[in-house]
Amino acid sequence: MASALTAETLGGGFDDAPIQSARAFRAALDAMARPGRIQVIGGAVPPAPLSVAAGTLLLTLADGTTPVHLAGDADCDALRGWITFHTAAPLVPAEAAVFAVGRWTDLLPLARFATGTPEYPDRAATLIVEMPVLEAKGSVLAGPGIRDRARLTLPDPDAFRANHALFPLGFDAFLTCGSRVAGLPRSTRVEDV
Amino acid sequence: MTEQAYNFAYLDEQTKRMIRRAILKGVAVPGYQVPFASREMPMPYGWGTGGVQVTAACLTPGDRLKVIDQGADDTTNAVSIRSFFSRTAGVAVTEATAEATLIQTRHRIPEHPLTEDQILVYQVPIPEPLRFLEPREPETRKMHSLEEYGLMHVKLYEDIARHGAIATSYDYPVKVEGRYVMDPSPIPKFDNPKLSGCPALQLFGAGREQRIYALPPYTRVDSLDFDDHPFDPSKADHDCDLCGAGDSYLDEVIIDDAGGRMFVCSDTDFCRSRRAAGHAGRLGTPAGEAA
Repeated sequence: MASALTAETLGGGFDDAPIQSARAFRAALDAMARPGRIQVIGGAVPPAPLSVAAGTLLLTLADGTTPVHLAGDADCDALRGWITFHTAAPLVPAEAAVFAVGRWTDLLPLARFATGTPEYPDRAATLIVEMPVLEAKGSVLAGPGIRDRARLTLPDPDAFRANHALFPLGFDAFLTCGSRVAGLPRSTRVEDV
Repeated sequence: MTEQAYNFAYLDEQTKRMIRRAILKGVAVPGYQVPFASREMPMPYGWGTGGVQVTAACLTPGDRLKVIDQGADDTTNAVSIRSFFSRTAGVAVTEATAEATLIQTRHRIPEHPLTEDQILVYQVPIPEPLRFLEPREPETRKMHSLEEYGLMHVKLYEDIARHGAIATSYDYPVKVEGRYVMDPSPIPKFDNPKLSGCPALQLFGAGREQRIYALPPYTRVDSLDFDDHPFDPSKADHDCDLCGAGDSYLDEVIIDDAGGRMFVCSDTDFCRSRRAAGHAGRLGTPAGEAA
């Protein structure tokens, strides 16, 4: 399934990778360190259906050493070509993924993703969940990185509760919508409202 | 002026991505030591190669960098790391804690309270708190996974049995969010309370030992102790002789051959700004006059 090299495949990357990836990483770091706080991130212009935020995260964090799983709509020729050209990341099934990107329903079932081992909990997948809306309201979050309480629209609070119950194992998630991104590490507790 | 021969912040992009991924996993599992492929840096191990790599991965062109070594901005290590990033990343530098967006530190937490807009990067020599009790890495890794920290409490107990108090005065072990026992790097235990509930993100880099770990903002950090021997963040029973501060961590300085000594703030920026505000200690001079 060789896809032709098109302008869409070759374009949409960083113009100035060291600077743009540094800014994007700081936004991603802030997002992961302060769950519920929404950051704006940009620089990449990926082909549809990927959002600017999800594309920028992949260009910033993925490379030839990090297998990526494309879920549902995201698994299209245009995106396969774009990610391969810009990051050289191998495209793999969910079980082998370091990063997985797609809509929530396409990422299910979550049990497929690596949650780390008791001795190496860092060997866990990071999910990049494309959201229809992303706002600082909805489910109540608490835990490291949150002063008192934070609020965030979650696709499925119960799934994140179950993930937190595995701590220190579990996956970590970035929720993306357009150029907006929020982090949801496994350390975050999703409280009952 | 950035040295054009180097990539932004010295490290290549592939290396920074690897470090950035490790930092994010460290943030997601507070207190857990994430292995990373530490690089050779243009300075010897022990001079902050871990902190430098974490700083390089975090810096953006808009940052204002402060580097301290045992609280001081003007010691060799601090000066050379500051000039390193000023040359390879072109970032602004400062000595004022309040003006910095990223602070790399060796063995101190600044006295001035940190804010949400700051990142504190620690240089760590030995990241494994259990290392001197159990030299084998597979064993300490298993102990962390099983939350088996009895050995550490035995060590603290033996301190009490031998000295009547916990004699560890720096590198004092802490427990993060009730889960991982963590080495806070060789900060004095006076600084331990500042680790907990800190509004700034705290990142730890150990270059030779190839580990990165993190404390997200507002993480609960407890210094290990016993109910009948509670943790005591001890402090020299003096005020600063230059600025008169009674609440800062002090260095003892020998000033003559006749047993004369003085106590001064270890945090030079804190001491200087207090003197600039008109405070003076026993041997201090008010603002504007040469010390």
